[in-house]
Amino acid sequence: MAFINLTSLGKSFGPTQVVRDFNLALGKGEFVSLLGPSGCGKTTVLRMVAGFEAPDQGDIRIEGQSVLRQRANQRQIGMVFQSYALFPNLTVAENVAFGLRVAKVASAEITPRVNEMLDMVGLAAMKARYPYQLSGGQQQRVALARAVASRPRVLLLDEPLSALDAKIRVALRTEIRAIQRQLGITTLFVTHDQEEALSMSDRIVVMNGGRAEQIGTPEEIYNRPATRFVAGFIGTLNVIEGQVGREARAFLNCAGGRLALPGTFDAVAGEKIAVAVRPQSLRPCPAEAGGLHGIVRHVEFLGAFTRLHVSCGQATLLVDCFARDLAATITVGGPISLTAATEDVLRLSA
Amino acid sequence: MNLKRIGSWAIFSFAVLYFLLPLVGTIEFSLRARRGVYSFDAYRSVLEDSQFQQTLAYSVILSIATVILGVLIVAPTAFWVRLKMPRLRPVVEFITLLPLVIPPIIIVFGYIRLFNTSSILPLTGSARGTDFLLAAGYATLALPYMYRAIDTGLRAIDVRTLTEAAQSLGAGWVTVLARVILPNIAVAILSGAFLTFAIVIGEYVIAALLNRPAFGPYMVWMGSNRAYEPAALAVIAFSMTWASMGVIQFLARRTRFTKV
Repeated sequence: MAFINLTSLGKSFGPTQVVRDFNLALGKGEFVSLLGPSGCGKTTVLRMVAGFEAPDQGDIRIEGQSVLRQRANQRQIGMVFQSYALFPNLTVAENVAFGLRVAKVASAEITPRVNEMLDMVGLAAMKARYPYQLSGGQQQRVALARAVASRPRVLLLDEPLSALDAKIRVALRTEIRAIQRQLGITTLFVTHDQEEALSMSDRIVVMNGGRAEQIGTPEEIYNRPATRFVAGFIGTLNVIEGQVGREARAFLNCAGGRLALPGTFDAVAGEKIAVAVRPQSLRPCPAEAGGLHGIVRHVEFLGAFTRLHVSCGQATLLVDCFARDLAATITVGGPISLTAATEDVLRLSA
Repeated sequence: MNLKRIGSWAIFSFAVLYFLLPLVGTIEFSLRARRGVYSFDAYRSVLEDSQFQQTLAYSVILSIATVILGVLIVAPTAFWVRLKMPRLRPVVEFITLLPLVIPPIIIVFGYIRLFNTSSILPLTGSARGTDFLLAAGYATLALPYMYRAIDTGLRAIDVRTLTEAAQSLGAGWVTVLARVILPNIAVAILSGAFLTFAIVIGEYVIAALLNRPAFGPYMVWMGSNRAYEPAALAVIAFSMTWASMGVIQFLARRTRFTKV
């Protein structure tokens, strides 16, 4: 049985339906990310789990019990906010002890627990400071220690890294994941940053228009996006449309030539479908070779690799390759052929 | 010095004279009780008057009661409006402004009609009951100032997120208010409290019509019966107000958990 079950959740604000028919099951100790663009409903789902919003329909069950009738302060759910939300009138230690004091834990137990939490986030030396005396990263560490100090059943993270600068963000996401693993706490993480979601999660829920567009492991989401939206949202992807053809092998007849397919994807010959190919899966080869034919429009040096912008009919395809793989004959305005291994061609369902 | 700068200085000087001259005149007049020399006789006379001490003590106690009543009414209301009903804010602001346009005499006559000795709740029948009515009247008069002070304090903090953070840590509404919201708007409450204090100390109509021994009626009585003492009393009242303002500034700077 799943530890948390979200069943057919729906929520509207006035005439706008923000979450529709949302289903998700989290196992105990699992780290699941809700990923999507602004306004896709991910934060609303999180707030419904926290008890700050009531769903219009559906159910939220934790350990088999519906929590819809419980208020936010009765759900035993720890939460970390984007804006840290530390209490400005309390010191670091007092902030971490807040939940323990509210739960009327004996004073003799509070101090060691607070020390343990602050040790865990590496801020034991700063326990007498006030929030304004800490950096953003330090404040978020305190917020994390505060959220887990009273041993909640579930940890909710609402874009906790988005207010931090890039370097600290990368360091802190590793720390958060390590602490989550150490405590074994079931965690729901909201982010719009695909890199964060891919690097931290056991599973990712890609949301669009209030629905779960795809649920899967980071590898599944990245390598086998189910829909055009997921494909476009996760990483950079070339979407190629054309008609399925079959001779000795299946292929896609599209602007610029033919692209070999691993199969017909259950499509009949002549049916129009869309496939996706990552820029690093397209390989440039001499113009006279087979595959897709196009014109190199732009060459971008991006440090670790070089990105070619190739126009094939109306479409522009992106091709990432290492400098050493670039043939000397490739010039801006010149012809080029592109091929891809059939296993790297992905069928998009919608 | 260009013309613009001269103009600014001229306006500033005029404002200083406009506000300071009457004060200097009052102080100077209060020192003339003894013929031919300046003395503190008027101040001595006022401070030694047992009625001064009694009425001031009564008004100070009542102002503390008024502040407590005002904070108990206004803080949860302003908090709730900001958190749950932001669309009602203009309505609540309008209601809190009503005491500025409804004269105190209407409030006090309303009280006397509603709570007289032949009513269901005969509060005017006892001294404590009348004291409560007086505190309620003062709290109403102070409402515009107390509400704005507290609302400004709430605007300076992220009420929603702090409340949700406290709730997620298990806190109920009373704990959220008492341990998170109120400590973080303490300076705003203090500034509302001192404005309330200033109103209570000088208020005449409600105290006189409810027949309570407050400082306001005493000042009016003094003004109509003595010559130099009213000026001394005015200077003392000014000093108390300024001292209050100084305390607000001092406490605001001493707040440990905010940057200065």
